[in-house]
Formats: sequence, structure tokens, C-alpha cells
Amino acid sequence: MSTAAIVIAACCAITAAIKAIGPVALGGRDLPTWFTSVVILLSPALLAALVATQAFANGDHLGVGADTAGVAAGGLAIWRTGSIIACVVLAAAVTAGVRAL
Amino acid sequence: MGAPFAVAGGILALSFGILAREGGFSSLEAIAFSAIVFAGSAQFAAVSIVAAGGGAGAAIAAATLMNSRFLPMSASVGPSFRGGPLKRAAKGQTVIDASWALSSRGDGSFDEHMLIGASAIAYCTWVGGTLVGAIWGDRLGDPTSLGLDAIFPAFFFGLLLNELRSRRARGVAALGTAIALALVPIAPPGVPVLVASLASLVGLTKRARSEVLESEEAEGEPR
Repeated sequence: MSTAAIVIAACCAITAAIKAIGPVALGGRDLPTWFTSVVILLSPALLAALVATQAFANGDHLGVGADTAGVAAGGLAIWRTGSIIACVVLAAAVTAGVRAL
Repeated sequence: MGAPFAVAGGILALSFGILAREGGFSSLEAIAFSAIVFAGSAQFAAVSIVAAGGGAGAAIAAATLMNSRFLPMSASVGPSFRGGPLKRAAKGQTVIDASWALSSRGDGSFDEHMLIGASAIAYCTWVGGTLVGAIWGDRLGDPTSLGLDAIFPAFFFGLLLNELRSRRARGVAALGTAIALALVPIAPPGVPVLVASLASLVGLTKRARSEVLESEEAEGEPR
């Protein structure tokens, strides 16, 4: 078995298990209040962490790059226009523009 | 709503296909990776490690850490899934960042049709993009020159701004950001985002719980 095949098979099994545990354990139940309260706040916590790491992290160091400028421009676009399409189009355009400089 | 990101995902998949081929994966292996694992950041992490000469163990560990955020994400969706345990486990496989965020109703519940629909479109473009990148990648230019790698963080940023209506949500977002950025230099990739999810435990405070209780009572029927 090649390294690639081992990696693919293991990733498949582990990812499937990670995604199945919660739904199997918690499905079809009434939500206790504390659970709802935490889940409501899971979106801002995870989204903020995804944005921060994708915009500022390159491997294990933090830095500002063309994509950081693009994401900032996208944020400005959604704040001013409310359009998520305008947000992502502007983000890509600004990132490509800064890289082309 | 999910379509533009599925397109962006397809283009990122294209660069994954190219990277996987350069990292020593065959075209078939690259396509199979996308088709059966379907987890962008984990796939990029695993392939980069294999390409750099790291072993299978290191690649699997990195991919697992990358995907560890799906543990809280899919657990949060769990109560919104209908059907028996097998069906719910299958539905859980459709949890990916973008469709998870899109399907959130903001009251702790999720729209399972939105989740599955958005993921289905993203799946097609992800596998299709990988196929094109793996087979014809050497004839294409560098996808990052188009700035497409900024699309996902910008999309998440857009969704995040919609989540920041309450002061508590803004505080949690700031805390999540601080935790993630503080961990980037010292923790393996994937861990910062997982640990940042702990910021949501602010929801356990008495005040946060009583607000949920009040809004549930205002809806008439406690869920």
C-alpha cells in the first residue's frame, strides 16, 4: 500500500468518525438550554478563529499578506453593501491586485 | 447562496489537484482523496506533509487536527437532524465550514436541507476541480494569482459580521480570535481553531442561559 493510499484511507475513517459522533449521540433530542446557549455562540467563536487564522497565519507564523488586505476589503464591502457576493468578489480582486503589484 | 462558494471551492480544489500531483500522489489518488475525504484544509495539510517527505503518520495526524473542528460543528447540528442513528451519521458527513455556517438559524438550530444542499453542490465542484487540477494542472497557471484563496476567509468574515448582533457574540468572537492567533505560533495547524471554539462556553453563564430561556418562552413552546 502506498503512503498516499494509507493517508487517504486513514483520513477517510477518522473524518467520518469525527463527523458522525455528535449527530449519533445527540440526534433527535430536545436541546437543553445550556446546549442551545453554547451552540448559538459557537458560530462567532469558530468563524472568527477561521477568519483570523486564514487571513493572518502562514504556517506557524503570523503576518499580513495580500490575502489579509483582500479579506479586510471584503469586510468593508459587506459592512457597506450587505452583499456577501460583493464581499468575496472584492476580496479576490484586492488580493490579486496586491499580488500583481 | 452556497453556489459562489462552491465555485470558489472548485478553483481551490484545482490547486489541490496540482499540489497533490507535485507531492507524489497519482491523479487517481488525488481525485479519490477529494471524493472520499472531502475536507479541504485537511487534504492540503496532509499532502503538504507527504510532499515535504514527512511520513504517513505525520500527515494523518495533521489532517485529523485540521478536521477536529468538525467535532463541535457536527455536534451542534446533531439535534437538528431527523432519522435514526445511521441516517444521522450519514447526514453528519455533509458538515463542512461553509454550509454549516449557512444553515445556522441563529437560535441554536440548523436547516438540514440547506446544509445538505449546499454541501452537495460544493462536493461536485470540489471533486471536479481536483480532477481538472490533477489531470491538466500542468497546463494551468497559478490559481493564487487570482486571489481566490481570499474568498473563504472573506466569506466567513461576511457570515461572522451577521453573527455579531449581541454584545456577548462580539465578545466571544474577540476571544475566539485572540485564542486562535495566540496558538498559531505554538500549536500544530488545526488546533488553534479547535481550541478557539471553547470561547463559546461563555454561553454557560447564568445570564446567557436565562436569555435563551426567555427567547424560547417568547416563542411560545420551549424546544
